[in-house]
Amino acid sequence: MRITVGKGSCGIAAGASEVFDRLEGGLLASDSFSVTATGCIGTCYLEPIVNVEADVEADTKVHTFVRVTPAAAAEILKFARNLPSDAGKYAIAPEDLDVLGGQQRIALRNCGVINPESIDEYMARQGYEAYQTCVQARTPEEVIEEIKISGLSGRGGAGFPTWFKWNAARGAPGEEKYIICNADEGDPGAFMDRALIEGDPHAVLEGMMIAAYAIGAREGMIYVRAEYPLAIIRLGKALEQAREKGLLGEGIMGRDFSFDIRIKAGAGAFVCGEETALIASLEGERGMPRIRPPFPAQSGYRRKPSNINNVETYANIPWIIRSGGAAFAAMGTENSKGAKVFALAGKIAKGGLVEVAMGKTINDVVYGVGGGITGGKAFKAVQMGGPSGGCIPASLGDTMIDYRTLAATGAIMGSGGMVVMDESTCMVDIARFFLDFTCKESCGKCTHCRVGNRRMLEILDRICDGHGQEGDVDLLYNLAVQIKDGSLCALGQTAPNPVLTTIRYFRHEYEDHILHKKCTAHHCKQLLTYTIDDKQCIGCTMCALECAANAIEGRFRQAHAIDQEKCDKCGVCAEMCHAVSVE
Amino acid sequence: MACGCAERIDEELLEPFLSQEGINAKGNLIAILQKAQDIYGYLPAEILAYIARRTGIKPAKIMSVVTFYTQFRLKPVGKNLILLCQGTACHVNGSTVIEGAIQDTLGVGEGDISPDGLFTYNNVACIGCCSLAPVMMIGEKAYGGLTKAKAAQILKGIGQEQEGREGQEGQGQAGREGAAV
Ligand SMILES: Cc1cc2nc3c(=O)[nH]c(=O)nc-3n(C[C@H](O)[C@H](O)[C@H](O)COP(=O)(O)O)c2cc1C
Ligand code: FES
Repeated sequence: MRITVGKGSCGIAAGASEVFDRLEGGLLASDSFSVTATGCIGTCYLEPIVNVEADVEADTKVHTFVRVTPAAAAEILKFARNLPSDAGKYAIAPEDLDVLGGQQRIALRNCGVINPESIDEYMARQGYEAYQTCVQARTPEEVIEEIKISGLSGRGGAGFPTWFKWNAARGAPGEEKYIICNADEGDPGAFMDRALIEGDPHAVLEGMMIAAYAIGAREGMIYVRAEYPLAIIRLGKALEQAREKGLLGEGIMGRDFSFDIRIKAGAGAFVCGEETALIASLEGERGMPRIRPPFPAQSGYRRKPSNINNVETYANIPWIIRSGGAAFAAMGTENSKGAKVFALAGKIAKGGLVEVAMGKTINDVVYGVGGGITGGKAFKAVQMGGPSGGCIPASLGDTMIDYRTLAATGAIMGSGGMVVMDESTCMVDIARFFLDFTCKESCGKCTHCRVGNRRMLEILDRICDGHGQEGDVDLLYNLAVQIKDGSLCALGQTAPNPVLTTIRYFRHEYEDHILHKKCTAHHCKQLLTYTIDDKQCIGCTMCALECAANAIEGRFRQAHAIDQEKCDKCGVCAEMCHAVSVE
Repeated sequence: MACGCAERIDEELLEPFLSQEGINAKGNLIAILQKAQDIYGYLPAEILAYIARRTGIKPAKIMSVVTFYTQFRLKPVGKNLILLCQGTACHVNGSTVIEGAIQDTLGVGEGDISPDGLFTYNNVACIGCCSLAPVMMIGEKAYGGLTKAKAAQILKGIGQEQEGREGQEGQGQAGREGAAV
């Protein structure tokens, strides 16, 4: 029997460390259980989460407690000791228990289940078996063939067949080859890779080891965002443990095969997620992309053949080797195999990390797994693929999760970020938000991206500020097409996508802003009008005192009014009084 | 002793790192700069010049790398660095309002040190806790589900705690995370 506490970054942010300390500190010498930390199980909206795993005959029965406060820790300890307790108040609701039901956990198979800092727990769940099988009983060609059968495609965004890249790197001439893991996770609004590394670092390492064996690499590197300190710590520990067990090093498993892995912390540049820029950054340079070909498989790190894959791609590999490529290929659709991890966030009731089989629909994820929109508001759109992706409207909610069908909407599968938006989200503002991001993150090497995106941002700025002009939408569209054509790397080539998809599906919102100077989502400040309802106003004068622009006039106990010329739309009055309405 | 700019900058602190085997190569420039920023809190001009002398990398080259990556700072920061998330999920959930609250509480804009020397805030794009949006990170601890009031209260709490501790030297760092087992 043991007690586990989810200690991913999300759990810790919700207070899991305090809960963990209380539980551990409350242990008595007579207790027959221990307290262990695990990674994120995925139901982030319920954090902090504590599981009491009791062995009932040959089975383990898990009691889950959610939103556990430090004070509740004592009750859970009583519960674990079979004493009367108040722990029931924190027991997970049956409908939340079901969240994991609609999922297919492959990459996330161990997340939230094992202690990520224990290699023994990983190995107890068949960890490193696939690696041993490969090194001891398979040729590199056989390994690549198995991945080919599985149909696994890259989870970093582009969805390129993994076996093909491995095969190219294997076939490339030269002795010196490298394996790189892309853990830069640049999409702002996504956290799949962070949760995976924090929850099951060994799965990622095992995938890299198998890849190294398959292509014949001696050295590996993981490029992790500096914003993920916990992931870096856990990777470091996992590497040490793997070295101790002889899984990394010289002459692994008595074979003529040597491999080791280093961690490189990124320094904060979105473009470094792009593979050629990432390689430049690994070499200590500015992270500027270069023209492909040559692809990294031919000429990558130090101009040597290099294989670069995403965290989740690697995490799938051990499962595929163990269960067989065919089992993986049996899941999903014609051209998208297996399952995909998504980070559900935004205006979603049950945000967190989910892994669903390809072929499910967007509605399955938003309503089925995610529990719909917070506060019962209307589902408006979902943003997929981050700054390179687009907004898919609710009316296309039955679109299948599949590389091709998603691309047909103008968005992309992307790396797995799904930011859900409701009626209070202004789609013009969202387009501006992403463009602002890409403008800041453009490396500046090519003109279309550096200058073109800036011009688009200026147009979006003026639309949101109420100075939009007739013809602006067409101008945006023309610029977008040219930037897509003329940019050097995929950052620029995809930067206009958020603008193009919002124009395609929400053109009326652009027109409302430009022609009627209205923002129906009530988001763009400069387009709002605040008025005081003179029937409701009791003349308390509070709003007039608070108004920094001195725009409110009225006598004590008489209805007040807002001078629209002076009002700077700060919204303070509406926040403090229900008599102020916003239009 | 709030910001440290009056103190002499000791190049020797970086030396053990630079003398490590294999570190002194161009390929490790980013790691060297990260280490330097760890030690000094930012990248003082003297240190950049020192790195150039020690590694043989041209100062212009070093500067080009420093200015490329958002992590690197050429100005000192307050004792606590606040990373305010402006990622998509946080934006949709009102991170701009939180920024206003932080500015009001600290009385400074992005990148500047608050008058008491305790805080500097920077906007960043996503710290990976999107399901708790809006989020900010102070040191290595993330705070989620922020509202205007909650953000202000957290900052005031840290301020009071640290002022109270000023006298008692050498307290263990609060909120350190890592060793979970
Ligand atoms: C601007 C830009 C940012 C990218 N960011 C990431 C990222 O954060 N993580 C990632 O795995 N791939 C990212 N990619 C995709 C990589 O270039 C590359 O395709 C991927 O790492 C290959 O791995 P995969 O085949 O396993 O997907 C990005 C691409 C571009 C153009
Ligand atoms: S968008 Fe703020 S943490 Fe991800």
